[in-house]
Amino acid sequence: MSANGNGFKRADFDAIAESIRPGSRVLDLGCGDGVLLKYLKGARGVTGYGVEIDDASVLGCVRNGVDVIQSDLERGLSEFESRSFDYVILSQTLQAMMNSERIINDMLRVGREGIVTFPNFGYWKNRLQVLGGHMPVSDNLPYQWHDTPNVHLCTISDFEGFCASHNVRILERKVLTDGRTVSVLPNLLGSLAVYRFQRA
Amino acid sequence: MDTRTTTGSVGVVTPQTAKFSEPLRLRSGAVMDAYDLVYETYGRLNVERSNAVLVCHALNAAHHVAGYYADDPHNIGWWDNMIGPGKPVDTDRFFVIGVNNLGGCHGSTGPMSLNPKTGKPWGADFPVVTVEDWVATQARLADHLGIRRFAAVMGGSLGAMQSLAWSHIHPERVRHALVIACAPNLSAQNIAFNEVARQAIITDPDFHGGHYYEHNTRPTRGLRVARMVGHITYLSDDEMASKFGRQLKNGKLNYTFDTEFEIESYLRHQGGKFSEYFDANTYLRITKALDYFDPALDHGGNLAKALSPARAKFLVVSFTTDWRFSPQRSREIVKALLDNRCGVSYAEINAPHGHDAFLLEDARYHGLVAAYFDRIERELAT
Repeated sequence: MSANGNGFKRADFDAIAESIRPGSRVLDLGCGDGVLLKYLKGARGVTGYGVEIDDASVLGCVRNGVDVIQSDLERGLSEFESRSFDYVILSQTLQAMMNSERIINDMLRVGREGIVTFPNFGYWKNRLQVLGGHMPVSDNLPYQWHDTPNVHLCTISDFEGFCASHNVRILERKVLTDGRTVSVLPNLLGSLAVYRFQRA
Repeated sequence: MDTRTTTGSVGVVTPQTAKFSEPLRLRSGAVMDAYDLVYETYGRLNVERSNAVLVCHALNAAHHVAGYYADDPHNIGWWDNMIGPGKPVDTDRFFVIGVNNLGGCHGSTGPMSLNPKTGKPWGADFPVVTVEDWVATQARLADHLGIRRFAAVMGGSLGAMQSLAWSHIHPERVRHALVIACAPNLSAQNIAFNEVARQAIITDPDFHGGHYYEHNTRPTRGLRVARMVGHITYLSDDEMASKFGRQLKNGKLNYTFDTEFEIESYLRHQGGKFSEYFDANTYLRITKALDYFDPALDHGGNLAKALSPARAKFLVVSFTTDWRFSPQRSREIVKALLDNRCGVSYAEINAPHGHDAFLLEDARYHGLVAAYFDRIERELAT
């Protein structure tokens, strides 16, 4: 899940950057080698930290000049005070969390707003592969069923259902495919979802 | 000068002495009228005087951080794997200073030095020193060397306590603080270990209330036991198990009190070696400095408040198997720095060696420090 700045990730980054007020304080959960934060520092003048568990990624952050706290997101965000960030970002990581509900709650405790991005499992190409009798494998979902870190894949409709039932107000939604915005039938035609939300 | 050697050693080094004659009031209230500090430097101070790195030592170490002595080539600096040309703290780029702390036994003024008031060694009369006192003396050494602001102050364990103290006592003088295998204060268990070590020394019949120099003797038995206790706490249980297990020294049980297990032999060896070169009065004072360290104490236990003057950026590192200064304690420091919105990175190195890991070579640990110093260098250039 390292963000390596390829075309797909770029779209993700730009969509996030557009949602963020310049100069804000940002916490990036599962930050990989810190390229998103580095990008946001340059594009939006943000300050903040990444949180990452992987040793090589922590080293990558230091190399990228991004402050990083090595920590396991599954243990929660107890190091961070309530309301201490403008945004808490969970980019391409929600689907790999064991406790999705807890991390969303923690994001909205620590940050005024949360931003998540995730691959839309409802994307038609994924549906087609399932119809063909196989778990989807694609650029967005590059893993085989047996080696995937993704334990909680969801569709756009699923996520919005979760928000509705968990007191989460969606402030903004962007749906992308190959870097282009999708406005028609997003749950079918969109491969990547970006949400900005707050506590309702 | 800056030629990168294949060995990565700074090569032959020579300690220097700085003499200070301005009286220094210690935390205890005692006043040192004059004192010497012995130090070594590696690399070159740049024209801007911005590339200086202060290395603070822990319990049993001193100013000899890197390189070796011309007349004693086997006496290699205690952090030689970290500091040298091309090493994580690259002496081709940074000017590194190691200093023996006040109260030490490696040349800086300490209990073994002559008390000018009596003409005899200070012995038991040498004052108790604290981490903050050391920072005060190190700051005077920095003045002496013409260094206004350090690129970094770094240390492990008790050395890390000094870099943490530097960051809030002299915020304008520290760009970066590296706080490795540290704790914001000692736990009761830690103080307990130190007290066992002290009692071993103090109850040694050769201690003579700390004035053993006058009796031409040294409390080596007590010092040996003190070091043995310390060594147990620096290693992890797993590390001891894999290094020694229940291995026997002579292959069979002898039903005596001689060394039978390898671990006993190891501890006796380490204790014996240490007691030959280390001064008991210094050991007592350094363990007290550890016990007293508690920056939050003056701030109602609020560490964030204590550290709030700090303007440095921090790298905090802990080791998973360090049970003496556990990762949890480092996280307390990180939390305080996060609360203060300081620049901080934190890494928890998965290493099997316990507290000692901070002294050992480990690719992840050293890679991280190297990358951090690259970052410091980039910042200095801008």
